[in-house]
Amino acid sequence: MQIHSMPQTLAEKILSRAARKASVHPGEIVTCQVDLAMIHDSGGPRRVGPILRRLGVPVWDPERVVVITDHYVPTFDADSEQILALTREWVRAQGISRFHDQQGICHVVLPEQGHLQPGTLVVGGDSHSPTGGAFGCYMFGVGATEMAGVLATGEIWIRVPETIRLEWRGAFAPGVVAKDVMLFLCGKLGMDGGRYQAVEYAGEAIGAFSMQERMTLSNMTAELGGQAGLVAPDEQTAAWLRERGADPGDWSKWQSDPDAAVAEHHVFDASQLTPQVAAPHSPANSAAVEKFASVVPDVLYLGACTGAKLEDLRAAARLLQNRKIRTGLEFWVAPASVKDREQAKQEGTLSLLEEAGAKLLPSACGLCAGYGPQRLGPGQVCLSSTARNFKGRMGDPSAQVYLASPLTLAATALAGRIADPREFLKDVA
Amino acid sequence: MSSGKAWVFGENVDTDQLAPGAFMKSSLEELSRHCLESLRPEFASQVGPGDFVVAGKNFGMGSSREQAAQALVHLKVAAVIAPSFAGIFQRNAFNLGLLVLECPQAHQLHEGDTLAVDARKGEIFNQKTGERLRCAAVPEFLMEMLENGGLVPHLERKLRERKR
Repeated sequence: MQIHSMPQTLAEKILSRAARKASVHPGEIVTCQVDLAMIHDSGGPRRVGPILRRLGVPVWDPERVVVITDHYVPTFDADSEQILALTREWVRAQGISRFHDQQGICHVVLPEQGHLQPGTLVVGGDSHSPTGGAFGCYMFGVGATEMAGVLATGEIWIRVPETIRLEWRGAFAPGVVAKDVMLFLCGKLGMDGGRYQAVEYAGEAIGAFSMQERMTLSNMTAELGGQAGLVAPDEQTAAWLRERGADPGDWSKWQSDPDAAVAEHHVFDASQLTPQVAAPHSPANSAAVEKFASVVPDVLYLGACTGAKLEDLRAAARLLQNRKIRTGLEFWVAPASVKDREQAKQEGTLSLLEEAGAKLLPSACGLCAGYGPQRLGPGQVCLSSTARNFKGRMGDPSAQVYLASPLTLAATALAGRIADPREFLKDVA
Repeated sequence: MSSGKAWVFGENVDTDQLAPGAFMKSSLEELSRHCLESLRPEFASQVGPGDFVVAGKNFGMGSSREQAAQALVHLKVAAVIAPSFAGIFQRNAFNLGLLVLECPQAHQLHEGDTLAVDARKGEIFNQKTGERLRCAAVPEFLMEMLENGGLVPHLERKLRERKR
């Protein structure tokens, strides 16, 4: 006898497993077993520690917890030093071995250190946690109190989401990258377009993206307002994970069934997308790059989990090699992780950037989180590869932050005004 | 049912406005003094216990920092009323004991209106106009958590029960 089960989306399959149920349905509230929890120095030990003490319980399973320091890195005063000291002490006391201290931004360090496996439920103490969706994990962000609950019990409640499928057919033009896709989608669907549901990126143009490009998509699902941003795992995912010592498991089963019901299905022609820029103070204020040709930035910031991974650095270096950035421009580069930074250094990418006039900053959240001493001054105009340009986030409330891809940043560095990278790609071999 | 005054904000109020990054390592008291100051500098010093924050769609978008909700709890805001909330903020709010009500007609409420709410009934009463607005019912398990004072006291109680 053959059992016909209801077709399910990728999100429903992962949550069914996590809820230990045969199937789950959108709208249903389920209690899930958490496979992995990730916390950083800001929302992590300094805030969850006191709650666990009050509850009188240790971490439910130290093997399932990853701690990464990135927000108050490098330290800049007594308070930030104390936050990192407390973090290290807590990690020791809880017997947590998966600790990455000052190794880069958590969303990049987590997969590169081999902690993710397709089909798992992962909770992160940071809003850009949907990044894990690039590896076929149902990963989402929570606040510190909720995280303390997860660490105490190993469980979390989830309202099973609908699936919003964003399908990109065809191929992207040269000069168009994942950041352009997300800025376009924020403009098109709005910052609440994801309705706190599961977004699934699909289509051959998405499949052609590298893992780090997929991470940019999943990461900025936060800006779309989705709970999770999934890309179904494929051969590339499995190979990427194996190279980093992770077990991709039975990855091929973590796919949406072709006939599974989705709440929304948007189809886009990838070949029609052009480089995008978002104006202050929202990622949803996006339009084609040529509309911004009169904007003259003071600062270019190539940074953050969404904009300074190895491939982002390579993309910028490709345009900048053997050229100089315009005088008067500040070009700050903060590689997203120490591993990516070392690789970029070894292969010469960093020196190409430095020779062009870039200034290197530490591999941490930096200007994007706006927690540290380096902030934009009053009225400063910045073009940034980060995820969000909220008023006052990266500095003075009068600072004007525009968002764009690493390629558009590099083109702008050469032109001295916001420029279309396709104009410069013509001259690059 | 106690009542309070409405403070009206626009759409997409973000977590950097509720809990500015530069004060994230300050005490809750200090951080709360800067809550929403970039939108309304007088808010933190003048909001009264039991007052309501009324806003446009997607309130609390951005970061997962729960201080965004915690600052409103510290300022003794009775509830936030908006047509929709950013998901992480909404979870954080309940976890910290802050009532948030999804009300499609939130735009019918005006600055200074005196409001009272019945969360279980899903009703907002505007004492100034006599109007009653519907809001989405809060799931029972979240109401229970809210009445226990948020997730931590709620868990304390549950862990105690488990030990028995």
